[in-house]
Amino acid sequence: MEAWIRARVTLALTLFALLFFVSRSSPPRQFVISNAERRIDLSSHIINVHLTLKVENTGTRPASEVVLTLTPTEVDHLAMVDALAIKGKRKKTTSVRLEVKPTELPDAPPIDAKYFTIYLADPLNSGESTTLEVLYVFMHFLEPFPAEIAQSESQLVFYHDTALILSPYHIKQQTTFIKTPSTKVESFIRVEPTNRVGTEIKYGPYEDCPPYSISPIHVHFENNSPFAVVEELVQEIEISHWGNIQVTEHYTLVHAGARHKGVFSRVDYQSRQFSNGASSFRYLLARLPARVHSVYYRDEIGNISSSHLRTNSLKSELEIEPRYPLFGGWKATFVIGYGLPLQDFLFESSDDKRYLNFTFGCPLIGMVVDKLTIKVVLPEGSTDPSPVVPFPVEHRLEAKYSSLDVIGRTVVVLEKKNFVPMHNSHFQVYYTFNPIFMLAEPLMLASAFFMFFVACVAYIHIDLSIRK
Amino acid sequence: MATMPASASDLLKSFKLKTKQQELLIRVSILCLVYILAFITRLFSVLRYESMIHEFDPYFNYRTTLYLTENGFYDFWNWFDYESWYPLGRIVGGTLYPGLMVTAVLIYRILRFLRFAVHIREVCVLTAPFFASNTTLVAYFFGKEIWDSGAGLVAAILIAVCPGYISRSVAGSYDNEGVAIFALLFTFYVFVKAVNTGSLAWSLASAFGYFYMVSAWGGYVFIINLIPLYVLVLLITGRYSMRLYVAYNCMYILGMLLAMQIRFVGFQHVQSGEHMAAMGVFFLMQVFYFLDWVKHMLSDTKLFQAFLRITVTSAVAVGGIALGLGMVSGYISPWTGRFYSLLDPTYAKDHIPIIASVSEHQPTAWSSFMFDFHILLFLFPAGLYFCFKRLSDATIFIVMYGLTSMYFAGVMVRLILVATPAVCLISAIAVSTTVKNLTVLLRSKNKVVQTGSTKGSGGSKSSSKALLDQSQPFQKNGAIALLFGAFYLLSRYATHCTWVTSEAYSSPSIVLAARGAHGNRVIFDDYREAYFWLRQNTPQDAKVMSWWDYGYQITAMGNRTVIVDNNTWNNTHIATVGRAMSSYEDEAIEIIRSLDVDYVLVVFGGVTGYSSDDINKFLWMVRIGGGVFPVIKEPDYLVNGEYRVDKGAAPKMLNCLMYKLCYYRFGEMMTEYGKPPGYDRARGVEIGNKDVKLEHLEEAFTTSNWIVRIYRVKPANNRW
Repeated sequence: MEAWIRARVTLALTLFALLFFVSRSSPPRQFVISNAERRIDLSSHIINVHLTLKVENTGTRPASEVVLTLTPTEVDHLAMVDALAIKGKRKKTTSVRLEVKPTELPDAPPIDAKYFTIYLADPLNSGESTTLEVLYVFMHFLEPFPAEIAQSESQLVFYHDTALILSPYHIKQQTTFIKTPSTKVESFIRVEPTNRVGTEIKYGPYEDCPPYSISPIHVHFENNSPFAVVEELVQEIEISHWGNIQVTEHYTLVHAGARHKGVFSRVDYQSRQFSNGASSFRYLLARLPARVHSVYYRDEIGNISSSHLRTNSLKSELEIEPRYPLFGGWKATFVIGYGLPLQDFLFESSDDKRYLNFTFGCPLIGMVVDKLTIKVVLPEGSTDPSPVVPFPVEHRLEAKYSSLDVIGRTVVVLEKKNFVPMHNSHFQVYYTFNPIFMLAEPLMLASAFFMFFVACVAYIHIDLSIRK
Repeated sequence: MATMPASASDLLKSFKLKTKQQELLIRVSILCLVYILAFITRLFSVLRYESMIHEFDPYFNYRTTLYLTENGFYDFWNWFDYESWYPLGRIVGGTLYPGLMVTAVLIYRILRFLRFAVHIREVCVLTAPFFASNTTLVAYFFGKEIWDSGAGLVAAILIAVCPGYISRSVAGSYDNEGVAIFALLFTFYVFVKAVNTGSLAWSLASAFGYFYMVSAWGGYVFIINLIPLYVLVLLITGRYSMRLYVAYNCMYILGMLLAMQIRFVGFQHVQSGEHMAAMGVFFLMQVFYFLDWVKHMLSDTKLFQAFLRITVTSAVAVGGIALGLGMVSGYISPWTGRFYSLLDPTYAKDHIPIIASVSEHQPTAWSSFMFDFHILLFLFPAGLYFCFKRLSDATIFIVMYGLTSMYFAGVMVRLILVATPAVCLISAIAVSTTVKNLTVLLRSKNKVVQTGSTKGSGGSKSSSKALLDQSQPFQKNGAIALLFGAFYLLSRYATHCTWVTSEAYSSPSIVLAARGAHGNRVIFDDYREAYFWLRQNTPQDAKVMSWWDYGYQITAMGNRTVIVDNNTWNNTHIATVGRAMSSYEDEAIEIIRSLDVDYVLVVFGGVTGYSSDDINKFLWMVRIGGGVFPVIKEPDYLVNGEYRVDKGAAPKMLNCLMYKLCYYRFGEMMTEYGKPPGYDRARGVEIGNKDVKLEHLEEAFTTSNWIVRIYRVKPANNRW
């Protein structure tokens, strides 16, 4: 509720500021958006916003930087922004991925907004137009209201937005579609023309909106999809050149929806599953690489016996069940571990280096991760590690001592906040490694045994008695 | 070229071992195999389930071990635990035997130092099997000391697989007994060695062994009473010697000083009644020595007789007066209840319900003797016979150890454990001697028969030989048959032990396994489900009230504060919980609020048919509660002297808190096909009160098979 008020206040302030400053501010005016269509998908707790913009250069010189605007609350919850340029007509369209970067506008109006710039591949000449597709992914953006629900109630959430797209450009025509997970919508604010059909609410079309125009709306609707959030995931990938990659994943899972209030009744939960605990969840599905072996699923106090592993030649699926069903606000921590064959993930590059090619992401399907840490433990004696990740991450180096390590293993730590499944992609870690180091540990063991036997032999043959 | 074969045969010859070396090789390899066998036979539970801690007390030990690894020894020694016995707390450092934890952490540190990345949990799980392996070695040396190396080998084998010992030393059973039996046997062995040799070094070793035992287990009282008793018997039978004097005095004095370093023992060692026997024997020893010296000095026997009379009388009188004064002034504390209940098996039943309520404190049934000892039960008397036939200082010791521990094993189930090493050793003497005699018979027969056949053709001597030989085929066959019989028995023993280990002693009791309808294994993991729920979804400072059995597990796995736990040091506190459980809800809520409880946890087996649940333990809550608070009267809960939960149950029973918490909303539940709803499968009855209403508590969590139910205490209503 509080967040909602805050959002409204922010929007109101923004509006207020606009009245004063719009006239004298000078945003990059060379573009005009001739047509904007926005589709907001609210069916789960990950919100996808697809924005299709038809951008026209009305300025005098070619320009290649298109600016997107978001409110600070949106930016806080933004997990991902992605832009594609659509080329070609009708069926022969091709899309090109464009670079998007957060920027500061030097001549921006002093309103509370954050900017992102899309860098077009080819500058748009004066008078030309192009179509851009922008994808925003937001997490933790739906606000449960009421914030606490009992076991038999279903979960209602608020979605806040503006009916008009916030943009520094003049928009000639715009429409917004909001898709709700079910037809159960408690309330929504109308900004005429507004139309609701089935699970879709249509705002618009609105004509000729000046820059920075907004119109706050909210939608209050039922959303019983599991609000499963991994607060922290630490994934450790340990490479052994003897042929195995050991992956260990530490999860802190939480149900981030409306908090559970009062009684948890097992009778009701067992006998009336659908009307009771509709927003809770029990099962999680993890998609693991093919040829996975020695899978385990446990937590601090031992093995969790409720899991199933299905494997085929292309992929493996691990269905896990936490020890108890998760209701709003309930937590569970657990560990999943598995081994993988080395040759599927480790390759040699042309410059005599080796590299690990692995998926950057959370194997649990459809899971939002607040903080994802990937630790790649390189074999002892490897040098010059360098990670290659397709999006910005923080990275640093650590050392780890595993069995029989003397100098410690280099660990490449990659950290990413606000991770959504759309981020799933491959990353590489390059390093150099001399195979002679593989022999260090067996030799150590062998020599230890040798010393032991030598000591035994010596003990038998040496007479230690004082008297003769 | 010609020299080559010669040198090769020389080489072969040099590889060929002498008989003595062969014997050594066989002995060492047998010992190695036994060592490994003792370890791996205890791993059933790890293979069946997982590497986890079992039962109740081991969870406390595990928790303290974790604390020790994380915070170091000094913090551990001064640890005041706020998480148990709320609101009293517990001085953990001063009320436990730290030997086990220190041992585990030491092993852990060594492994870490050797660069093995092990987790402390794995060390804890495997500590007991590791010490069991070491015990087999000690048993070998002990057997060698009292009889011969053959008996030692047999003893090692017998003890490696003996169910009586395995029951407390499977992997995961991280309990004091695991290391204590090793310490006990080691102390005894070294002491006997000291008595045999009169060596100060061995005596010193036994003092340190005793110190380790004191640091590991409260059962050290057995050592400090058995050894004086043994010394006394030697004195009475006229086997007093300088060796005994050196061994006992050194062991007692040093052992006492060392034992007093353990905070939990401290000055008890010189003040409490249980330790007085040792002190008395110590002084008696000095009197003996003094008399010996006087006798040596005085040549006149008459004078000596008079002197002897005076000295003995005055010594006994002084001792008696000192003991009496100590008792009266309270300087010497009387015997504890536990000790009394050992001497008088009916004592606990009448006076201390909290001791009587523990299943492992019950008197032993014959079947469990059979179960735990199998053929050793029959070999034991045979071994005693052999011991009496070859009486020495060492055999007197083992006989006394065997007889006293057998008595204790009969009094309490758990003390079978203490008797096991003695039974194994004495049985090993029987087996070893019998087999040895039989083989000697066989061998000598062979020789005689051989000589008989070669000399068969010549003269009158052969006819007399033939007369003698007539009985020999029968004897030889008899020996062979007996040998086969012995081996058959031993192999039955091995089979039995393996079976018992795998079937009875390898389930962790925290995870319950049952056979499903299709023969598949069904696992009930409800305990951990509930504990983990507590750990994750309740406030960090939540106080949980439950019966004391689950206290250790809740603190270790649930990481929450408990009111009472398995360290039953405060009977009143436990009785308060018992009283709350057996009162009506509105009376109970007063107690619950006064104890600042947030959650109440009960264990209920009505859905799964799990019989050791709180309803079946309820009589002890009533008895222990009633023992302190006379408000609780057992007859109120009984109908015809029986606890019932069905319609015929007593009204107080149907409305007490425990009943309500267990059966809350159970009346709506269909548990078994063809039975009415609310059918309790653990007791096989339909419950009497199906409409349970709770006023001050609400259901917070129930596990998937209903085994653990947790209730939240509602905040008090506003008065206005």
